[in-house]
Amino acid sequence: MDENSLEFDMVGIDAAIANAFRRILLAEVPTMAVEKVLVYNNTSIVQDEILAHRLGLIPIHADPRLFEYRNQGDEEGTEIDTLQFRLQVRCTRNPHAAKDSSDPNELYVNHKVYTRHMTWVPLGNQADLFPEGTIRPVHDDILIAQLRPGQEVDLLMHCVKGIGKDHAKFSPVATASYRLLPDITLLEPVEGDAAEELSRCFSPGVIEVQEIQGKKVARVANPRLDTFSREVFRNEKLKKVVRLARVRNHYIFSVESTGVLPPDVLVSEAIKVLMGKCRRFLDELDAVQMD
Amino acid sequence: MEDDQELERKISGLKTPMAEGERKTALEMVQAAGTDRHCVTFVLHEEDHTLGNSLRYMIMKNPEVEFCGYTTTHPSESKINLRIQTRGALPAVEPFQRGLTELMNVCQHVLDKFEASIKEYKDQKASRNEATF
Repeated sequence: MDENSLEFDMVGIDAAIANAFRRILLAEVPTMAVEKVLVYNNTSIVQDEILAHRLGLIPIHADPRLFEYRNQGDEEGTEIDTLQFRLQVRCTRNPHAAKDSSDPNELYVNHKVYTRHMTWVPLGNQADLFPEGTIRPVHDDILIAQLRPGQEVDLLMHCVKGIGKDHAKFSPVATASYRLLPDITLLEPVEGDAAEELSRCFSPGVIEVQEIQGKKVARVANPRLDTFSREVFRNEKLKKVVRLARVRNHYIFSVESTGVLPPDVLVSEAIKVLMGKCRRFLDELDAVQMD
Repeated sequence: MEDDQELERKISGLKTPMAEGERKTALEMVQAAGTDRHCVTFVLHEEDHTLGNSLRYMIMKNPEVEFCGYTTTHPSESKINLRIQTRGALPAVEPFQRGLTELMNVCQHVLDKFEASIKEYKDQKASRNEATF
């Protein structure tokens, strides 16, 4: 596991539940993302709606558990459900540039609009709750638009809490997937040059060639590393020797976060979402049976 | 009139109130007339394969259940029909409730194990980092 990605094994669980976790990680764990963009001035070459679309896809570093969903039909938004950001960039000519330079970095000032130009505008008591610098886009070097002298972008963004089912911008993972642990069995002992050949048919590290009593013998060392290219079945001699299968209930999950929340927190939240769904129907049933 | 008698629709869902007074049922039960309570179709709103498949799996583990299956009615509609038929005279609501509770227990167990192993991994990493200094 590192800062943004996590690989873990779940053993003894069934496909239905493993898939449920994967689906929830992709579509039902909430995050904050830009939803409404109020454009005061946009004289850049990028159209308003394209610019708004790009802004929506920027991951925002804010813990969605500290916010509520916005009520439907609520235009303004309160401090408990909305984050406001301001983006104001104007491009001008650089008076100190060399006469015959053609490098835009030298000729123009502020000609590229990055996410670092987005400033957070605290609403209500948000300034007390969130220390300076915690509410920001995850990456500050995402290029939003390019400008030339005289062009300006001046807009206000409202971020709300949402889930991936509604729009993919709310998905907290770059991707989440699982695979089953490979199960490689050698049906007969493989020795000598055939052993070397066998080890080359699989991904490096899967088959280990050991020297036992002077002979080279192949042994399955680490089936987890195999990517299942099935190269061994293209080899006439070796295809009868190997049986390739999967271990039925050993799932290797791989979760890559966009940076909003650490990946282990995302998995915990996904499990809690599934529990919440069950609880909701249990409460419904109890209420119905009381009638 | 005949049709109404054919299908005795028991809409027994709790109406959860929403902001502008819009009411939405989350759960309905449909039961054909003439049968007793041992085969029932549950209509779950705002749900899809995520809950449907995992719930079906948990309910099928119950030996009293003769049939359990779910379908999505149409991809544009966000609801599933979950049908449960029990052997004998056990009311179908009971395996449904048991399936939900067991699914919750499975999730709780997975959560506990996951958090324990994450903690163990972080402790191990911390002690390994200390050892290199």
